[in-house]
Amino acid sequence: MTSSAPRVGVLALQGDFREHLAAVAELGAEGSEVRVPHDLETVDALIIPGGESTTIGRLATLYGMIEPLRKHIEHGMPTLGTCAGMIFLASSVTDGDQPLIGALAASVERNAFGRQNESFEIDLDVEGLDDPVKAVFIRAPLIEKVGDAVEVLASYRGRPVFVRQANVMATSFHPELTQDRRIHQMLLDSVEVG
Amino acid sequence: MESNSTDAMSPDAASGERNVVEHGTKRVKTGLAEMLKGGVIMDVVTAEQATIAQEAGAVAVMALERVPADIRKHGGVARMADPNKVEEIMEAVSIPVMAKSRIGHFVEAQVLQSLGVDYIDESEVLSPADMQHHIDKWAFTTPFVCGARNLGEALRRIGEGAAMIRTKGEPGTGNVVEAVTHMRQMTADISRVSTMTDDLLMAAARDLGAPIDLLRDIADTGRLPVVNFAAGGIATPADAALMMQLGCDGVFVGSGIFKSGDPAVRARAIVEATTFHRDPQIIAKVSSNLGEPMVGIDIDEIPESQRMQERGW
Repeated sequence: MTSSAPRVGVLALQGDFREHLAAVAELGAEGSEVRVPHDLETVDALIIPGGESTTIGRLATLYGMIEPLRKHIEHGMPTLGTCAGMIFLASSVTDGDQPLIGALAASVERNAFGRQNESFEIDLDVEGLDDPVKAVFIRAPLIEKVGDAVEVLASYRGRPVFVRQANVMATSFHPELTQDRRIHQMLLDSVEVG
Repeated sequence: MESNSTDAMSPDAASGERNVVEHGTKRVKTGLAEMLKGGVIMDVVTAEQATIAQEAGAVAVMALERVPADIRKHGGVARMADPNKVEEIMEAVSIPVMAKSRIGHFVEAQVLQSLGVDYIDESEVLSPADMQHHIDKWAFTTPFVCGARNLGEALRRIGEGAAMIRTKGEPGTGNVVEAVTHMRQMTADISRVSTMTDDLLMAAARDLGAPIDLLRDIADTGRLPVVNFAAGGIATPADAALMMQLGCDGVFVGSGIFKSGDPAVRARAIVEATTFHRDPQIIAKVSSNLGEPMVGIDIDEIPESQRMQERGW
């Protein structure tokens, strides 16, 4: 690995961070686990993984991570959130009250399809990609409303499931659970390697 | 099988059809377990306990009639929980809810699937319903977690369709020794198999009683094809961190939380120790002033015939 490889921090408080680290390593990036604020100082891009959003939110609050995450993302750090990561990036959730970063102008409905028996996979067309991606939705959230700055890259049943707002991308589904690395590549493409 | 719109073993979109919604695939089932990694799953017997668990940062709860320590004390036949209790707990929290069926009791599992629980634990904590057969888990849309003491047992369960494995440990004891034994055995088995050349694998499959295809997979990847949690005797933050450092993907805490002096505080501490399992300073901080742990049982005090880990094969 050369020193110019992009360094991607994956929030590792809970969830499938190992799959994201494997995905970015396959693409030649240097992945690292992020648990406490100073772990953020040495990364060029950020991934917030799938997991249980209430657990991740609680631990992030307890260990003083919310403000540093918000600051780095606001300062333009390329960021990808998947499933729980999308929820955590959002500005509000439709039910309940949980800690959120609020970097993505979107209101998110948790467990929008129902319980695990309603989890599914499907071939999904994505704006800018020639072939569909295999999208795995697990107790997945859906976006209820988006702000004007939010670009919708993919929808399912008329609801956004992959969005981008400047440096922030978020998916309802789990690109890290498949071998298709195109969405991770989109994140790496947005890193300016110095 | 109508809800499994594809065979759970089938490769991706083999039909080439676009926009087919596939429920209950292997990837969808194992995927939920992937999301639980690095987390703590807590046994609860009431909606109120479930709420305490969720607020403490549990990634899921296991809905039960009685925790293992009480099942042990109570004796008699232990069965699936009252469906009404499971539903109350499902209503109370937004995190995934698991529930236990007896080993081999596929009708209890059908009932739990119809209730919509997120995971079914085919569990040795309850009285086995079939001494010869475990449930055919491929026949369900709802994913299953099963206990194992070694690699052979884990691969037999995965061969039957389990989408997640946990150590058996010895439930309801508050004694981590058996979970450690099972995890160390699993790691040793995997490490041995992953150094084997192809010509040795069939003999290993015979000795372990494991399906050869799954064993080949282990030899290739050096790891189980599904998530492996620790369970059975975890009572303290240090126990949870120990199991994580031994290579588990997360922990189940059964009696350890709600049989202790201050469940909410202990639950939070175990969650933090699981995430920061390599940081002894954090484990020291969260282990302080936790109140009384559950009373533990020495494994030698339990006659072999009453050890839950001996149930199933």
